Amino acid sequence: MSNSPKTLFDKVWDSHVVRQIADGPDVFFIDRHFIHEVTSPVAFLGLEQRGLGVLFPEKTFATADHNTPTINQHLPVEDPLSANQLLQLEKNTSKYGISHWGLGNPKNGIVHVVGPENGITLPGMTIVCGDSHTSTHGAFGAIAFGIGTSEVEMVLSSQCIMQPKPIKMRINVNGQLGKGVTPKDVALYIISKLSTSGATGYFVEYAGDVFENMSMEGRMTVCNLSIEMGARGGMIAPDQTTFDYINGRELAPKGADWDKQLTYWKTLKTDSGSVFDKEITFLASDIEPMITYGTNPGMGMGISRNIPQAKDLEGGASSYAKSLDYMGFEENDSMIGKKVDYVFIGSCTNGRIEDFRAFASIVKGRKKADHVTAWVVPGSHVVEAQIHEEGIFDILTEAGFALRQPGCSACLAMNDDKIPAGKYAVSTSNRNFEGRQGPGSRTLLASPLVAAAAAITGVVTDPRQFL
Amino acid sequence: MAYDSFKVLRSSAVPLPIENVDTDQIIPARFLKATERKGFGDNLFRDWRYDKNDQAKSDFILNNPTYSGKILVGGKNFGSGSSREHAAWAIYDYGFRCVVSSFFADIFRGNSINVGILPVQVSPEFLHQIFTAMEKNPKAELEVSLPEQTITIVSTGASESFEINGYKKNNLLNGFDDIDYLQSMKGEIATFALNR
Repeated sequence: MSNSPKTLFDKVWDSHVVRQIADGPDVFFIDRHFIHEVTSPVAFLGLEQRGLGVLFPEKTFATADHNTPTINQHLPVEDPLSANQLLQLEKNTSKYGISHWGLGNPKNGIVHVVGPENGITLPGMTIVCGDSHTSTHGAFGAIAFGIGTSEVEMVLSSQCIMQPKPIKMRINVNGQLGKGVTPKDVALYIISKLSTSGATGYFVEYAGDVFENMSMEGRMTVCNLSIEMGARGGMIAPDQTTFDYINGRELAPKGADWDKQLTYWKTLKTDSGSVFDKEITFLASDIEPMITYGTNPGMGMGISRNIPQAKDLEGGASSYAKSLDYMGFEENDSMIGKKVDYVFIGSCTNGRIEDFRAFASIVKGRKKADHVTAWVVPGSHVVEAQIHEEGIFDILTEAGFALRQPGCSACLAMNDDKIPAGKYAVSTSNRNFEGRQGPGSRTLLASPLVAAAAAITGVVTDPRQFL
Repeated sequence: MAYDSFKVLRSSAVPLPIENVDTDQIIPARFLKATERKGFGDNLFRDWRYDKNDQAKSDFILNNPTYSGKILVGGKNFGSGSSREHAAWAIYDYGFRCVVSSFFADIFRGNSINVGILPVQVSPEFLHQIFTAMEKNPKAELEVSLPEQTITIVSTGASESFEINGYKKNNLLNGFDDIDYLQSMKGEIATFALNR
């Protein structure tokens, strides 16, 4: 044991290195592997072609979420290609003895929602999934990141992947967040400052008062969006908030095992004097409710501001013009008052109970604007049940909103939940890329509060006027 | 052996001077529904390449017969966004074996090498030189040498070296992949797992 100070990231990474290859990557051991129907079939096919088995089936967990419908889930899935992917997931998991929470299972939901809510995600773990938003699980002090299908095959066959160790960045946000400023706004603010590639090559630790005072749901939202600034992942040191969230969850450790694990988890923090390759500090008071105006998540700003001019941005003026042209916006435009056609609340970014509580806090006692189509999609059946238990369902119904069934839905529009070409959607999801929510769709990323305000007024609206 | 080995590639190239090309553009999510790794090249850059009636858009570079080749040259931050390996499959299936940019997103870079595409990161200045050479002569050739770790604009002789770690270089040169390597150390992995 070396006495030199270590970061949280180093502690977790170093304890999972099986072998270091000179002038090459680390052979990196994976504790938890999540799979879903879209990025796993070719990996299972690869196993078959090579005649390999699954080394530790009990360390892999499957759920169906990416292409599943969000209405009438009791009926057969109409799209034959989606139905086939779901069938393959069922067959593959059954063949190799892997846990599978498919469509209709009460534990089904978005992979990054169901992992934590069932106690599968724990501090100090290494977690991967063929999905870039796997960074979500970093909220628990785990190293979690997205992988490609070749790597899914590696984890299935050997429980390891081969990864060069990323360099380290710490992002501090200090002070107290203002009224109506949510974890989503904190993340969109950071991304707008760093750009979509500003953290590429880094693994991020989030620190400071703002994250210490944040709920687990909020921390998950922040870590989820780490990939949108290019970081492989982001993590937050586990603390009492983390332990309280985990305690009692179905697959979480119990009894003596809990005590033993808790002792270890309490060591998972960055030692004072640790050095990061880069460190950035922001002030909470500089952050207001955010909204994006362009075609990548770095193109965001405080909702009261005007769209920046290309001359004020570094490089890429032609890409910037292309982006605004796609969105139908002009430099200097105010976003407030822009017409909204669709509102989407859900996804692995903002599909947890706290997000629906926030949404309901604004729509309560008000009515949805007639011209707005709203898709309200819980992240899991557990979240759906909470929405009913807490009376949020009644508030939504009263205000003219229907609740759909869990899944990734309009975030990536693999199912029928597609925003039509040219239409504007305020979305609580994570990507505003061209066509992300359907061919030709135009996405404005925002928090559940901004989404709620837009759903009520039918235009982009500062939510603070309703609070 | 999952793919053809890569040694020296001399080819004309296709320029795509756009920044932040994300994997949703490379292959939109609605084309991720296959359960086999086949035919993804048909949908490479689908929504930039075809209009909503599936007619080829004449102003998109892949529909311009003047440009062709096994090398794709993209703007800064190529391959950002989703981890879908389908993006790399689509590029490979279309016929590209090398992607050049001044900056790559992490996951895309890893996925590329894992499917047998060489990502070559060059300086912004050299990228500009490549685009200029291709503007002058759409058939301008690039030579990418993996053993030497160099990329050269054949017409001007301008050359730059690029980085790749020794392990990955050896894989690409020989057509090996990580799964072969990991299988060779299964005993060590099992022992590691037991001691955790």
